[in-house]
Amino acid sequence: MTETIAHHDEHRDDEASKLGIWLFIFTELLLFGGLFVTYAVYRHAHPQAFHMAAQQLDVVIGTINTVILLISSMTIAMATTAIQKKDKRTTLILIVITLVLALVFLINKYFEWGAKIDHGIYPGSPLLEELGSGDTLFFGLYFFMTGLHALHIIIGMVLIAVILVRVRKGKITFDNFQLLENGGLYWHLVDLIWIFLFPLLYLIT
Amino acid sequence: MSSNTTDNTGYKSYLEEDGGRKGIFKWILSTDHKRIGLLYLYAMMGWFCIGVVLGLLMKLELIAPGKTLMEAQAYNATFTVHGVIMIFLIVIPGLPAVFGNFMLPIQIGAKDVAFPRLNLFSWYIYILGGILVIISLFGNGPPDTGWTFYAPYSFKTGTNMLPAALGAFVLGFSSILTGLNFIVTIHRMRAPGMTWFKMPLFTWTLYGTAWIQLLATPIIGITLLMVAGERILGIGFFDPAKGGDPLLYQHLFWIYSHPAVYIMILPAMGVISEIIPTFAKKTIFGYKAIVLSTLAIAFVGYFVWGHHMYTSGMSGTALWAFSLLTFIVAIPSAIKVFNWISTMHKGSISTEVPFLWAASFIFIFMIGGLTGLVLGSLATNVHVHDTAFVVAHFHFIVFGGVGFAFFGAIHYWFPKMFGRKYDPSWARTGWITFFIGFVTLYGPMFYLGVKGMPRRYYDYLDEFHGPNIISTMGALIMVTGFLIILVNLIKSARHGEKTTEMNPWGGTNLEWQVPTPPPLENFDEIPVIDKAPYKYD
Ligand code: HEM
Ligand SMILES: [Cu+2]
Repeated sequence: MTETIAHHDEHRDDEASKLGIWLFIFTELLLFGGLFVTYAVYRHAHPQAFHMAAQQLDVVIGTINTVILLISSMTIAMATTAIQKKDKRTTLILIVITLVLALVFLINKYFEWGAKIDHGIYPGSPLLEELGSGDTLFFGLYFFMTGLHALHIIIGMVLIAVILVRVRKGKITFDNFQLLENGGLYWHLVDLIWIFLFPLLYLIT
Repeated sequence: MSSNTTDNTGYKSYLEEDGGRKGIFKWILSTDHKRIGLLYLYAMMGWFCIGVVLGLLMKLELIAPGKTLMEAQAYNATFTVHGVIMIFLIVIPGLPAVFGNFMLPIQIGAKDVAFPRLNLFSWYIYILGGILVIISLFGNGPPDTGWTFYAPYSFKTGTNMLPAALGAFVLGFSSILTGLNFIVTIHRMRAPGMTWFKMPLFTWTLYGTAWIQLLATPIIGITLLMVAGERILGIGFFDPAKGGDPLLYQHLFWIYSHPAVYIMILPAMGVISEIIPTFAKKTIFGYKAIVLSTLAIAFVGYFVWGHHMYTSGMSGTALWAFSLLTFIVAIPSAIKVFNWISTMHKGSISTEVPFLWAASFIFIFMIGGLTGLVLGSLATNVHVHDTAFVVAHFHFIVFGGVGFAFFGAIHYWFPKMFGRKYDPSWARTGWITFFIGFVTLYGPMFYLGVKGMPRRYYDYLDEFHGPNIISTMGALIMVTGFLIILVNLIKSARHGEKTTEMNPWGGTNLEWQVPTPPPLENFDEIPVIDKAPYKYD
């Protein structure tokens, strides 16, 4: 590793930290994997109810959020390129855009959830009990999966905020940007999971 | 490094190198992998003592039919907390966290693990998980679901099971991060010349284990979160009243928890593969077979979880498929037994304490494995499922396997880790007492299970009385043995004769070529490896 030789005052191995984040991403995928299995099992058991329930979700908000996340994935990737070109200003702007997009995603989610809850649809609600098991399970999965995903968005935002500070302070630079790249990889993961959630919950009806 | 002892002048071992910190901070702020290994060791020792006391209480309750010590509810809580502690706080982290942390970097010629701070962080998560388990004891009383947290009871019980389940979740996190750290360390930090097939076998088994930790643990994580959602929000995933399926819980639980038994046993097999050649003074027989069987176990182990659910309700096809796969996964374990025995064959064996533990491991492990096949075949399983037979089986495997390997490991690496010697005659006395107690404790339970005594009850029919008395006697003998071992080790760690002998047993791996106790970063100069492991000239 050429980088390691350049910095022998501290132990640094970019390949190692990249491998580390990839492995961590696998574990995250498997975490959601458990939910995908659950979804498959219950969809198989209640095809009709899942079909009807999915039509209740707001495809427009879902689509907007998908586009938002895709763009934010692009901006964080562009930030990684910008830092390598020693363009700190652009890097900072791109990271801020990413954060803003993440926030907009959460705001949309807030209104989407709020609307559902206003209609009496939330885990353990009397209305769901009335609607029956298929709807209970569908909306249970909806809240659980999107909730866990939103939690990952928040974790990702904290990570990206840390990266923002470190870029500003000059700790992340053109020859030491592994943290930014790893943060970007994590953000892509959050994006990727949404790419699965969106069709499973909103599109397949 | 030609002489066998360390030159003492000016040498500072990791135990003297305190990083300018004082008192307990020397330990809890240190990122030295060796100190972290010991941190785990001390924490686990505490937990183990609690777990042993709970186990003993259950055995005392079972000394006679009817209530002896406690009522049904107290008994249910006792086996639950016992199980949670033993499984999640001891045998799953067990060997990797203690000896993996201490020895893995040294065995591959590295100065530390790849992410030392993450490593310390994992220990803190481990402690946090332990605290959650402690919290579960208060409030509405300790959980009574069994360590398996089966739905729907786990979200119906009025006891405080949520903190315990969250504790298991948090401990899983610690396990994942340790596994991740080890995989990266092994990939990136092997000394020059240490090719994959020159790696020591303990390191190999840690590698296989790390993959299981990484790939299986998230499943239990999400499952426990779903149980939490069930309890807090009444979400309905596992609640038959709401259309949920409790069987799905069992599947998800065992998809993790069967591979988890390999998280426990693989490193134990690694320890045995270290001890046997050292004390037989012979190259390990079939190095590659051991490596490949390790990987085979790690892989096939994912596909056998259904054997815990033969009586729960599955299709006939699923039943025989899981049974077949269970038989297949037993093969690589058996291969290892043959490897160890062939290694001993015509070796010049010295029956030092670590060897005694290793040899008795093989004996106990074989009984555990063969009775596993009884459980793995459909017809016999239906007969002994959920009886004392199962309890005997997994204690032979898990406790006999991990426990004996753990004691073997500590007696093997003790001088290296602490720079002191232990008293071998007390260690031998402890071992034989423990061994006799162990067999007397769990042996009769096979018989009781076949005769139909169910597990997880505080009471039993009169006809089971005799073997239960023997079993409780065994428990008392075994605990005596354990105390002898523990006192001997603690005393020796503090006041034992000091030693700087680098290689007291004549081992061949790198840990025997660094000073005793090792220095802060293990190696002044990263070694270059040019020969295969376990070579005796
Ligand atoms: C030869 C290999 C093995 C076979 C064929 C086997 C088979 C089985 C089967 C079929 C059961 C379920 C019994 C029942 O509930 O009806 C079982 C239970 C168990 N086994 Fe094994 N096993 C093997 C090795 C292991 C190993 C290596 C470990 C751990 C290190 C282990 C730990 C356990 C535990 C903890 C349980 C009890 C789970 C519970 O609470 O229900 N087994 N085994
Ligand atoms: Cu199993």
